[in-house]
Amino acid sequence: MAKKIRLPEEASQDEASIALLKLAAEKGIETAFSRADAMAACPIGSDGICCKVCSMGPCRLVKEGQTGICGATVGTVAARNFARMVAAGAASHSDHGRDLAYTLLAAAEGHAPDYKVRDPAKLKEMAGYLDVKVDGQTTEELAREVALAALAEFGKPQGEILNLKRAPAKRQEVWRKLGITPRNIDREIVEIMHRTHVGNDQDAEHILDHVLRAALGDGWGGSMLATDLSDVLFGTPGPVFTEANLGVLKDDEVNIIIHGHEPTLSEMIVAATQDPELIEYAKSKGAKGINIAGICCTANETLMRQGVPLAGNFLQQELAIITGSVEAMVVDIQCIMQSLAVLSDQFHTLLITTSPKAKITGATHIEFDEHRAMEIAKEIVRKAVDRFPERGKTAIPDHRANMIPGFSHEYINYALGGYYRGSLRPLNDAIMSGRIRGVVANIGCNNARVCHDEVFRYVVTEFLKNDVLVVETGCGAIASAKQGYMTPEAAFEVAGPGLREVCETAGIPPVLHLGSCVDNSRILTVLAQVATEGGLGEDICDIPAVGMAPEWMSEKAISIATYCVASGAYVIMGHSSPVEGSEEVTRIISDGWEEKVGGRLEFTNDPEEIVRRSLAHIDKKRAELGLPEYDPTKWGKSGDWRINQLLELPFTERIEAAYGNQAE
Amino acid sequence: MSRYIATRAIRGANAIVAEADGLLNKAIAEKGGDFPVAFPNTAYYLPVMYGMLGAEVSTLGQIEPILEHAKNLLHPLPDEQLWTPYLGETLDCGMSTLLAAEAIEAIRFVYGEQPEPYPGLELAGATSFTSPDNGGGPAADGHLNGPIDDIQLRSWGIQLVDGRMPGFAAIIGAAHSNKAAVAIIRELQKRNILTFLTGNVNGRSIIDQLVEEGVEIGYDTYIVPFGRDTISAIYAAGFATRSALTFGGMKGGQWREILLYNKFRVFAFGLALGEVDDLKYATAAGVLSYGFPVIADTIIPEILPTGVTRYEHVISMPWNEIEGKTEEEKAAKLVQKCIEVRGVKIQITEVPIPVPYGSAFEGEVVRRADMRVEFGGKNSRAFEYLLMADKDEVEDGKIELIGPGFEEIEEGGYMNMGIVVEVAGRKMEKDFEPVLERQIHYFVNGASGIQHIGQRDIAWIRISKTAVEKGLTLKHFGDILYARFHGDFGTIVDKVQVKIITEPDLYAEWLEKARAAYDERNVRIGAMTDESVEEFYSCTLCQSFAPDHVCVVSPQRLGLCGAYNWLDCKASFQINPTGPNQPIRKGQCLDPVKGYFVGVNDYAKSGSHGSVEMVAMYSIMENPMTACGCFECIMMVIPEANGFMIVSREDTSMTPAGMTFSTLAGMAGGGLQTPGVMGIGKFYIISPKFIPADGGFKRVVWMSSIFKEQMAEQLKQVAEREGDPDLIDKIADERICTDVEGLLKHLQEKGHPALTMESLL
Repeated sequence: MAKKIRLPEEASQDEASIALLKLAAEKGIETAFSRADAMAACPIGSDGICCKVCSMGPCRLVKEGQTGICGATVGTVAARNFARMVAAGAASHSDHGRDLAYTLLAAAEGHAPDYKVRDPAKLKEMAGYLDVKVDGQTTEELAREVALAALAEFGKPQGEILNLKRAPAKRQEVWRKLGITPRNIDREIVEIMHRTHVGNDQDAEHILDHVLRAALGDGWGGSMLATDLSDVLFGTPGPVFTEANLGVLKDDEVNIIIHGHEPTLSEMIVAATQDPELIEYAKSKGAKGINIAGICCTANETLMRQGVPLAGNFLQQELAIITGSVEAMVVDIQCIMQSLAVLSDQFHTLLITTSPKAKITGATHIEFDEHRAMEIAKEIVRKAVDRFPERGKTAIPDHRANMIPGFSHEYINYALGGYYRGSLRPLNDAIMSGRIRGVVANIGCNNARVCHDEVFRYVVTEFLKNDVLVVETGCGAIASAKQGYMTPEAAFEVAGPGLREVCETAGIPPVLHLGSCVDNSRILTVLAQVATEGGLGEDICDIPAVGMAPEWMSEKAISIATYCVASGAYVIMGHSSPVEGSEEVTRIISDGWEEKVGGRLEFTNDPEEIVRRSLAHIDKKRAELGLPEYDPTKWGKSGDWRINQLLELPFTERIEAAYGNQAE
Repeated sequence: MSRYIATRAIRGANAIVAEADGLLNKAIAEKGGDFPVAFPNTAYYLPVMYGMLGAEVSTLGQIEPILEHAKNLLHPLPDEQLWTPYLGETLDCGMSTLLAAEAIEAIRFVYGEQPEPYPGLELAGATSFTSPDNGGGPAADGHLNGPIDDIQLRSWGIQLVDGRMPGFAAIIGAAHSNKAAVAIIRELQKRNILTFLTGNVNGRSIIDQLVEEGVEIGYDTYIVPFGRDTISAIYAAGFATRSALTFGGMKGGQWREILLYNKFRVFAFGLALGEVDDLKYATAAGVLSYGFPVIADTIIPEILPTGVTRYEHVISMPWNEIEGKTEEEKAAKLVQKCIEVRGVKIQITEVPIPVPYGSAFEGEVVRRADMRVEFGGKNSRAFEYLLMADKDEVEDGKIELIGPGFEEIEEGGYMNMGIVVEVAGRKMEKDFEPVLERQIHYFVNGASGIQHIGQRDIAWIRISKTAVEKGLTLKHFGDILYARFHGDFGTIVDKVQVKIITEPDLYAEWLEKARAAYDERNVRIGAMTDESVEEFYSCTLCQSFAPDHVCVVSPQRLGLCGAYNWLDCKASFQINPTGPNQPIRKGQCLDPVKGYFVGVNDYAKSGSHGSVEMVAMYSIMENPMTACGCFECIMMVIPEANGFMIVSREDTSMTPAGMTFSTLAGMAGGGLQTPGVMGIGKFYIISPKFIPADGGFKRVVWMSSIFKEQMAEQLKQVAEREGDPDLIDKIADERICTDVEGLLKHLQEKGHPALTMESLL
């Protein structure tokens, strides 16, 4: 079915992407954008009511009241499909976490000499959460015990996930009462697969209760472990200066793009690019140096810790290659388009797959082995350098934006009070007073069926205007970075008066980059801490906050949305609903879940509606807490503005204006 | 913060840490790393270092790691554009500024440069510095105050907790004019806010301004000059830290608790007068961590969002822009703003008299040369008598002067006077008469230019020439008493009538009535025993400072602060039934000797939030009563002597326990039960219920000589009661010995009974 072919300006909001889409169109290069135009989504599948769990089907249900061959209702089918999305998403995040635990174990046991504990304080903190006694062990001994304790979380036969105790007490009580406290990470995922097998759990609400449980195992389990372990191994992020968008690629240097989701290999590649020998080697090939940039969450991981610039988000992976300037694109896991293999063949780009879990036909596979990580990283860099002489004409768009990322929850605490008084008190105070109306966690993917980055741009701009603090991860964070919203100056240009005051007080941007998509666990940690800090209720569901993924596409996004809801958050997803075909399931995940866990999940493709619902929810929560009504006219008096006016005066006038006529 | 403030504070911090580093290297080179450092008469070592880092610094060399930590807290200046966040970084730089400033002052003490010399200055009450390098002798003259000593800190404790002293202000710089300086200080004094003076603007300090204007400064007037540079502001941070350690029961190194204690319980603020330079910004960044906001009378960036402080962080109120015709009006508005920003709760009763009024004036001295007239003292007599009368007999607000005023008396002369206060009220009781009468001392003393000493018929009142020039007359005594009794005791007093009597016949008549009443009260109070009442009273007044401490006040054991006896508590309960003094039903007496009561135990457990299980009312060795930090004296067991010593908080000397009062106080305070150590009120010493479980008064082997002087008569009676009339002589004091060997020698020579009593341990 032929569809309307969108103009580049309709397909993306991002200038760099528009330029490259034009180039692609000129050259007749296929991209995800053009493929989306060429192929309509399967209507039954997108409504979530195509059942293919057995070979009697696939059963094409199209309306309420129909059943499959086995009698499965629309509700059952939609719930099962939704459940399997959560299983896949939770599995992806958690398996990522598991690998990091194995890396820590290898490092602790001395089998991975290129890795070591970079944040011993965080290791001790983790030990506390995982019931590992800190008792005079060496860092390595403790790391080993923590790694083993973390690995046990995935499949232990008894008990429950230990990190759940980091949630507010009231929240834990909600989970316990409902019986959705996850027992371990893997078991709940396996149980989804079991329950959704043909002829098994066939009650939509019952299936979806378990979905909450499995998702919690992702958020408070696998994802949280992944974040913590990454911090232990690679350092807890703090603010750095860097840049975002394809303009970070360099015409005169070897460009290596790291893409995917893991920091493990990419950290080594970053280090390898600093190797004087390899830099010399690059120079011998006519390059001025070696430039490294990231895409997707591998980018976010190395950005947060090393300040590696962002080349772009999910929908820009093909466009990076189309610049003709990328010698190698090194990929690990998740969200890597298979089209890269074919596309890179049209350029001099070497596509290198590295994960034992993710091979792509046609790509060069150099399997990563943590036991000789640096050696492999150097081999990869060398291969990239070798490609430099083959580079043809490049088309790097001259678009890049400054940004200050690095807002781990630890740093946010520090940013609001320093070493001695670090806490979230100033944030809670700001929300309570109404300087900050509420908080939005704006996260998630890009989607080729949505104008790239446009929904992000629209909603974030609106939120900032309305004094809503925005925290971000994943590809959404990259979108705001490119927009220039992650600079401290943005507070002066786009934020409302109250938010501007708070940002100026702390020196922070109005949109905070919290990391990769597993780092949504950092958002859970912040929310839990806001709830316990006092003044904004006692549970996450009391806080005037909204979560959203306005351009979502992956199953991981659905898992994230679900664990946020299970943790008490109101979550709005953009684009389309994967349960559109079932009124019953739509009701269960919204009204039903709200009744059970205080959070609700909604889908809407209307950006204005996202903003409207979010602000309404924030105001409703403010009212429930008895906080003053949002009134921006009260704020904005503080800051440097007055002294800056003064500094423009000639010296003597300035002194008199500042101090008056001094005492004799 | 703002980028401007961050930039200047971080620059200031980097500079002062470098300066401290240089000074320390020089001092170590010249004096050696083992050379001792200390602030005189203060416990807790160098208090900010001890509070924040738990570091027990007592030598120069031990400052080195502190400065290393301070260096680690430093950060580079924020960039002009695309800056990284700076709030946490600036607060850290502020803390490193405080650590560096404390190091510098400690080194200055080593060189005899602290307290800062100020030739010709006489302080009205100050820390005693015994080093001859510091202006000479124990007198408080010729130098600024430097750090506040422990005695003063503790004696202010009760006023800080009961709201009489609602907070403290650290002024830094110099006011717009001398007149403005005086006006600001008067506004603060009026509200009883303790004021610290530091810093200068182009070499001129508010201290100079006040001295030039003849303002009396020192502990007694609540105005303490620390030093003429910004660095001396560290003594304010030290005072705040020590408040948490002294009253909050925190330990060194509990930085978060200490800082939050200050944020929530110590109502302090910084007031920057005149130009704010880098170091002042850096110091301000330091005190922000204590939750203390900063107000400036110049244009500086404002920081209004809250969080580190309770309300706004930084406020700019340019002097030129404050509305007001006079400096006084502007000062009033500025101080009002400070109070708002810190959320200081002021309890103030407007007293309609022509001179300034407030607790800050209580300690003011009227010297003979400045005196217009006196009542009592060597040449005349003054008495005061408060009595309860029938409602119909009291005409509320009636103030009479019966007899001539002092207009006819020559300058510097004297006359007899009686003050008779008649009160009526539904809740008034005869027993409250002495409680209220004792307030006359405080109430009258609050007027600037009136000095009041003593009580009953040994009162001694002076009025200064200045006060009289401003229009103060004897009738105003009535105005003061009328306003304050209604203001402070309005719940038990409905009507107040005052007679000021100078007419000789009436004077004689009332004096006789008063004396009869005094005698009757003495008998009544003497007859009031713990057995004669059913209820004791709790006092949790200090829980705002010492959250787990509970005082149990009985007729024969007054509160450890000396300010609340059983009748005071009873009256206080009448005034405020949900207040800090609650009746405790004694319940069954489990042990009359040790003083265990079921009701008292139950109360102690709940009142201390479970940290104390049992309290023995009459023992120090077994489950002694806990203490906050405002005790008048400390008792401690001296095992070698088989007895106890009692140290007055006014005694700075060494004791046979090998510790001074300041150091002992750390063991006795904070709501902890430590057998063998106890904080008490000094009148408990003479009570028949003074530790009978441990042998009673005969166990006292050493006491500060000040008791022997102040309570000579009462102690003599106690000695007779104990059947050993020479007992007081047998007790050693600091003039006789300050170590155990000396003590034992004295006791043996004198044949002290404790040596032959049953072993204490």
